[in-house]
Amino acid sequence: MSELKSMSDNTPNSPQLESQQRRRFIGAATATAAGLAIAPGVMLYEVAHGRSEDEAVSSAVRWGMLVDATKCATGCNDCVSACSTENGWTSVAESKHPKQAPQWIRKLELQDPLTQMETNLPMMCQHCAEPPCVDVCPTGASFKRADGIVLVNRHTCIGCRYCMMACPYKARSLVHESLNDTQKPDVPRGIGCVEACTLCVQKIDRGDGNTACAEACTAAGHNALLFGDMNDPESEISKRLRELPTKQVRADLNLNLGVRYHGI
Amino acid sequence: MKSLLALGVVVLTTAALAWAGSDAQPKAGGAPKPAITKAVKGEQCVEDTDYMRRNHMKVLNQHRDQTVIEGVRSKKHSLKECINCHASEKTGSVAAAKEDFCVSCHSYAAVKIDCFDCHSTKPQGSAAMHPLNAETAHYKHQLAAQATSKVSAEEMARVAQ
Amino acid sequence: MASITFREVEGSSLKYWLLFGFFGLFVLFGALAWNYMHHHGHVVTGMDNQIVWGLPHVFAVFLIVAASGALNVASIASVFNKPMYKPLAPLSAVLSLALMLGGLLVLVLDLGRSDRLIVAMTHFNFKSMFTWNVFLYSGFFGLVGVYLWTMLDRSVKTYSKAAGTAAFIWRLVLTTGTGSLFGFLIARELYGTAMLAPMFIIMSFAYGLAVYLMVLAAAYAWTGRTLGDAVMMRLKSLLVVFVAAVLYFVVVHHMTNLYFTKFHAVEAFILRDGGIFTTLFWVGQILVGGVIPLIILLSALGKQRTWIMIACALVILGGVAQMYVTIIGAQAYPLDLFPGLTEKSSFFDGEVHGYSPSMPELFLGLGGVAIALLATTFAVKVLRLLPASLDDATVAKLEH
Repeated sequence: MSELKSMSDNTPNSPQLESQQRRRFIGAATATAAGLAIAPGVMLYEVAHGRSEDEAVSSAVRWGMLVDATKCATGCNDCVSACSTENGWTSVAESKHPKQAPQWIRKLELQDPLTQMETNLPMMCQHCAEPPCVDVCPTGASFKRADGIVLVNRHTCIGCRYCMMACPYKARSLVHESLNDTQKPDVPRGIGCVEACTLCVQKIDRGDGNTACAEACTAAGHNALLFGDMNDPESEISKRLRELPTKQVRADLNLNLGVRYHGI
Repeated sequence: MKSLLALGVVVLTTAALAWAGSDAQPKAGGAPKPAITKAVKGEQCVEDTDYMRRNHMKVLNQHRDQTVIEGVRSKKHSLKECINCHASEKTGSVAAAKEDFCVSCHSYAAVKIDCFDCHSTKPQGSAAMHPLNAETAHYKHQLAAQATSKVSAEEMARVAQ
Repeated sequence: MASITFREVEGSSLKYWLLFGFFGLFVLFGALAWNYMHHHGHVVTGMDNQIVWGLPHVFAVFLIVAASGALNVASIASVFNKPMYKPLAPLSAVLSLALMLGGLLVLVLDLGRSDRLIVAMTHFNFKSMFTWNVFLYSGFFGLVGVYLWTMLDRSVKTYSKAAGTAAFIWRLVLTTGTGSLFGFLIARELYGTAMLAPMFIIMSFAYGLAVYLMVLAAAYAWTGRTLGDAVMMRLKSLLVVFVAAVLYFVVVHHMTNLYFTKFHAVEAFILRDGGIFTTLFWVGQILVGGVIPLIILLSALGKQRTWIMIACALVILGGVAQMYVTIIGAQAYPLDLFPGLTEKSSFFDGEVHGYSPSMPELFLGLGGVAIALLATTFAVKVLRLLPASLDDATVAKLEH
């Protein structure tokens, strides 16, 4: 038994280890072995976020996103389709039941009726520091992870949809029908449970340091989405947030949002 | 009045017993024994086989809470790794067909599995899954995402060794 | 004080079993509806990610609110020491338990994962009004059950007042909790106000009494027992007060909102432009549920048994309309994420959300009503709940 354990524990030191894997192990006892192999591409601030595999997330980190609405392109839907692909939810255009289809992220088109000014922006879970959905959840299934990500624990979600009544951003969706094993192995989701944007928690835990939507936005050349640790003063997002005037949606509710918007 | 109620209770109990008796007997003799296929990949389970047979749910439940709430993604006790090893060669899944690893025992024991309402029954990177991926592969961001999705393939390769 | 003879309903007639079968049939329909919804998921309902609580919640919340109100008569008897109401108390307690059962069943069978009910009983988040309600509902069953026991068993009769008082306080808290399910929501303009708690309490008085009156009159008429006018007129006057009070609260709620500019749009939606919701508000809630019953009960018509029954039925219908407007109307109005700007998206932002309830939802709701009535019908057969006679002479003797 004990031999087996040590065997399986050692396997990650094998040479095929991917760079993310290495990052994850840096804080652990295996650091000496893995440390030799740090790839040049690994940026320093990401190393700071590296957790060992069995280390719990900590509140020293607060994941967040900066949305620059002035750079968000009209008609571009790349962030939405990237999210759908990464997390395995059927996009509304392909859904048989568009009214009941989950939408983790959506493009909002705003217009001032007086001035005719138009604004484009993506809307998703705002990852509140004081989330109303967490307050109202009867079973505690709706919860905020230590690193600020608001999630649904599907093991205890009973599908009462009270969180959907409570969310001021209409960020959450109920899975209305059976998904018939089309889920991604990394993103469990299922019938009768409520779900929303997870800030690509599976990617963050893997050490990617970015979300699918932000990656897609960058790949499309718009750079309207910036993801990062808002608690780390040296992170790119913190630096930008210091310089750029940003707002929180429904700031009157004082929920302290993890998603900040520029240009609204 | 009371005698009527009592009579009702007696009748119901007898009926229930009779039903249970008639149902239980043929099942005990006739139900096919679960077909437990050896894991396709890997030599030995992360815990003793005997222990796992009795306690896999405890192991999984403890790990699931750690993963969901604390973000601990260690591999040893994760459902994903169970699936990686135990997915059947035929269906590529642990729960798609009657003989598949999880289903074959669970249907024998008549215990409903709740896992696969939400969890994929197939290993990561399996070609059999996600028609969605094929359909949406044309998206521009796929290029960018590929850099990261490589991880899973490598992971698979390592597990396969 | 003169003693009253309570007697079970014989319940052997064809009519009794027909009634029993009729309710049973609807319970069966409700069960089938649940099975269908549970098997396919909420995709087969009219609910979606905009209207997340639909018709089942309308029925469930109505039944739960009415359940608390049905206990009125018993409370007046033992808490406020009105001997005339004493013989009416056991039915009141049983009816409130039955309505609560029906309402809760609909509520839990409409869950996305109704198979996981046990989770709701083992995992609690005490900041959630829902969690509080889980305890309030269970406590209600316990307290009203004990209260009923003290009424039916002579050996524990001395505890009746204590149990009645506890049940009375508990159900006030319970309806505060039910109103606060909506009152404690910040997201939607029509919720998030302390008004909802007292408003739900007064609504519970009206709806519960209307249901009680109909059940009482039906039980006496169908069993050939005498129900004197003294009882009916007393309860009728009570109903008038409750219905008028409901109207008062509704007026105050909307007038307050109308004073605040930020609520003008949503008030215009409910009161003027909301289509079905506006119709349901003015015709259903205000006219049918309030004004017409008041006219009937306060005019000469209110002296006739049939018209009192019609008024009760209207109060109940108005109550269902009120729940529909309160629960679904508030969701139909789009969330205002960016006040002052128009919004458009694939997720129906900025547009009024339509809702057409599906058959299974309707039958699930009706199943809850049927189970409440079925339980009551069964209870009056096996328990001594109803006085053998409530003629005026018998009732008059109680008064001193």
